[in-house]
Amino acid sequence: MILQRKSDVFFSSLAVGVLLMCLIFLDAAVSQRLDREVVRERREIVRVLELTDLCLFTEARYTRHPSMADLHTPFQDHPLALEHFPSGSVMAIPPHLKLQDSGE
Amino acid sequence: MGALEKQRHILDFTLSSLGRRKGKNIALIIVYTFVIFLLASVLFLTDSLKKEASQILQDTPEMTVQRLVAGRQDLIPVHYIEAIKQIKGVQSVTPRLWGYYYDARSGANYTLMVNAELNDHAGEIIIGTGVSMRNATSMPNHAVWKNDVLPFKTYDGSVVPLKVKGFLSSSSELVTSDLVLVSEADFRKIFPIAKDHATDLVLKVRNGKELATIAAKITQIHPDCRPILREDILRTYNAVFDWRGGVILMVLAGGFFAFIILAWDKATGLSAEEKREIGILKAIGWETSDILLMKFWEGAAVSLTAFFMGIFLAYLHIFLASSILFEPFLKGWSVLYPHFRLTPYVNGYQIAVLFFLTVIPYTVVTIVPSWRSATIDPDSVMRM
Amino acid sequence: MIHLQDIRKVFNAGKPNEFVAIQGVNLSIDSHGATALKGPSGSGKTTLLSLLGCMARPTSGRITLQEREITSLPERFLTAIRRETFGIIFQQFNLIKGITALENVMLPAYPTGAKHASLKKRAMALLDLMNIADKADAKVEWLSGGETQRTAIARALINNPAIIIADEPTAHLDTALSREFMEIMRQLKNEGKTIVIASHDPIAYASDVIDRVVEMRDGILVSHEDVT
Repeated sequence: MILQRKSDVFFSSLAVGVLLMCLIFLDAAVSQRLDREVVRERREIVRVLELTDLCLFTEARYTRHPSMADLHTPFQDHPLALEHFPSGSVMAIPPHLKLQDSGE
Repeated sequence: MGALEKQRHILDFTLSSLGRRKGKNIALIIVYTFVIFLLASVLFLTDSLKKEASQILQDTPEMTVQRLVAGRQDLIPVHYIEAIKQIKGVQSVTPRLWGYYYDARSGANYTLMVNAELNDHAGEIIIGTGVSMRNATSMPNHAVWKNDVLPFKTYDGSVVPLKVKGFLSSSSELVTSDLVLVSEADFRKIFPIAKDHATDLVLKVRNGKELATIAAKITQIHPDCRPILREDILRTYNAVFDWRGGVILMVLAGGFFAFIILAWDKATGLSAEEKREIGILKAIGWETSDILLMKFWEGAAVSLTAFFMGIFLAYLHIFLASSILFEPFLKGWSVLYPHFRLTPYVNGYQIAVLFFLTVIPYTVVTIVPSWRSATIDPDSVMRM
Repeated sequence: MIHLQDIRKVFNAGKPNEFVAIQGVNLSIDSHGATALKGPSGSGKTTLLSLLGCMARPTSGRITLQEREITSLPERFLTAIRRETFGIIFQQFNLIKGITALENVMLPAYPTGAKHASLKKRAMALLDLMNIADKADAKVEWLSGGETQRTAIARALINNPAIIIADEPTAHLDTALSREFMEIMRQLKNEGKTIVIASHDPIAYASDVIDRVVEMRDGILVSHEDVT
């Protein structure tokens, strides 16, 4: 059947959109299942090597090891320090630094 | 039945009406799709990183103890172990030796870490994928071979050649990309760390419930120590990749509000032509609510189209194209950047956030300004 | 059918630019006839027409339509009455540009929630009646003057109204088209519709289609004469 009304066309494209959303969820679910082994492998490496952090940004101590970063050096290593603009803007302040900021 | 048909009639008209300014509306949808695409990309990326971190850091050390001197992390004396071992519930305490090594040759920061298994193989190292790629000397992107020798500069200026014995799997790149595993002897050769000092201590405890008590006892015995629990680490990653916190959101919000202003301007600046049309529609029997319904569909049509396209493209971008557009931004100054493929992670909350941040405001911004025009007297068109 | 009783309409009441458009008008319009409102521009014809067509409310006075007092009805009911009882033809026809003739004709029926298929059929039948069925899918700005006029008439008829209201319909038409317009009005009158035309064009008000001429000047009814 040809879509005669513009609203038919619109509703069909909405349906396509909803379908795409479903595909996204489906793909995510399938990929998570497929990646289970990889995740297990990564977990194992973390356990064996006693790692504490994700290796995402290697340019500064607090970006390479956010969880190990210093507690009392807000200026040099504060995640929002301007000199560390690009990664500092992707990451938020770790909670232990925030606690310090609020005086606790 | 009649009500539904009425909605469809009004939608028909709205779409015809939008079709008249095709170029403008398509441009609007493209810009809008891009805004949603960026927002969704950030959300997908940070959420899947968060998810990834929470999964793979499940087995991170239960407790790490570092020493603070003058406000900075400092080397911890190995004899601290003795007292900590005595605390009830502590199963084992092992010193960790690790630190950052700046490799002038490749211009990158590595994380050097002592691995006990290498202690009998001094002079040999195991490297992460990032290190391997970075040391491709002859050919670009050509990885280091096994048994290649990499020179490491020591603190006193001499050079220690270390032979590559193996590689950390590339699937673990997300945690190991910049790692260089060395023997303790080589580590102490490169860094001036005395035998009786370590970087930090790692604890195993018998009962996870006692962690807090043990941590309190440690700070009692050694007030200069800072215990970091596994749950602290997990919490850190939860907070660090919170899309609401990053400056990136502020940047996006800026762009987003600029777009709102644009949309507002477009909608409030109802042209004389549009006002005349509303007058005509009212004169021929459309109610105020019908006009608003038309405007609702106008906003919904544009924003829903952009919404679905933006989310779909963002998904492709983050999970199939490895966030290629964000790469320069994410990399920052890191010379080593892991090339990992994230496990897609989406949930209803993300979709709802995007919906309430994009579709709803746009639709409202389309309807509200037409309110005044919608209530004009139907005879105005006669007087024009 | 419609009774106007002591109607007064003031624009911008209470402001310095207050202006009385209509003053003390009493008028009855009977079913199945054609009435012309005649008078120079600014005489209050258009205002009277919009009051008749339920597009505006009088400042004071009462209007009854088919024995029903409508001056005090809420907006929603007034709109419904306008949609169901009146077919309106504007001075410049006021078609919505950029959409097809067919869609323009269907527009007044959209809020009724009529079924699409039957509505389209009805609109096509009207376009056919106006001899412009072949232009149904043409955008209205591509239509000739005569075709635009016929589309506007078809639009006024889509909800099968009892009363046709036309405001200066011949103002922008040449003589031939003006005569053609009056011929179509004659057909509609013969079908039993009530017709009210405001015009200062003799082709319109002096046409033999018109049963009664009401003359206005400065917002006051000057005379009514029955032509027949």
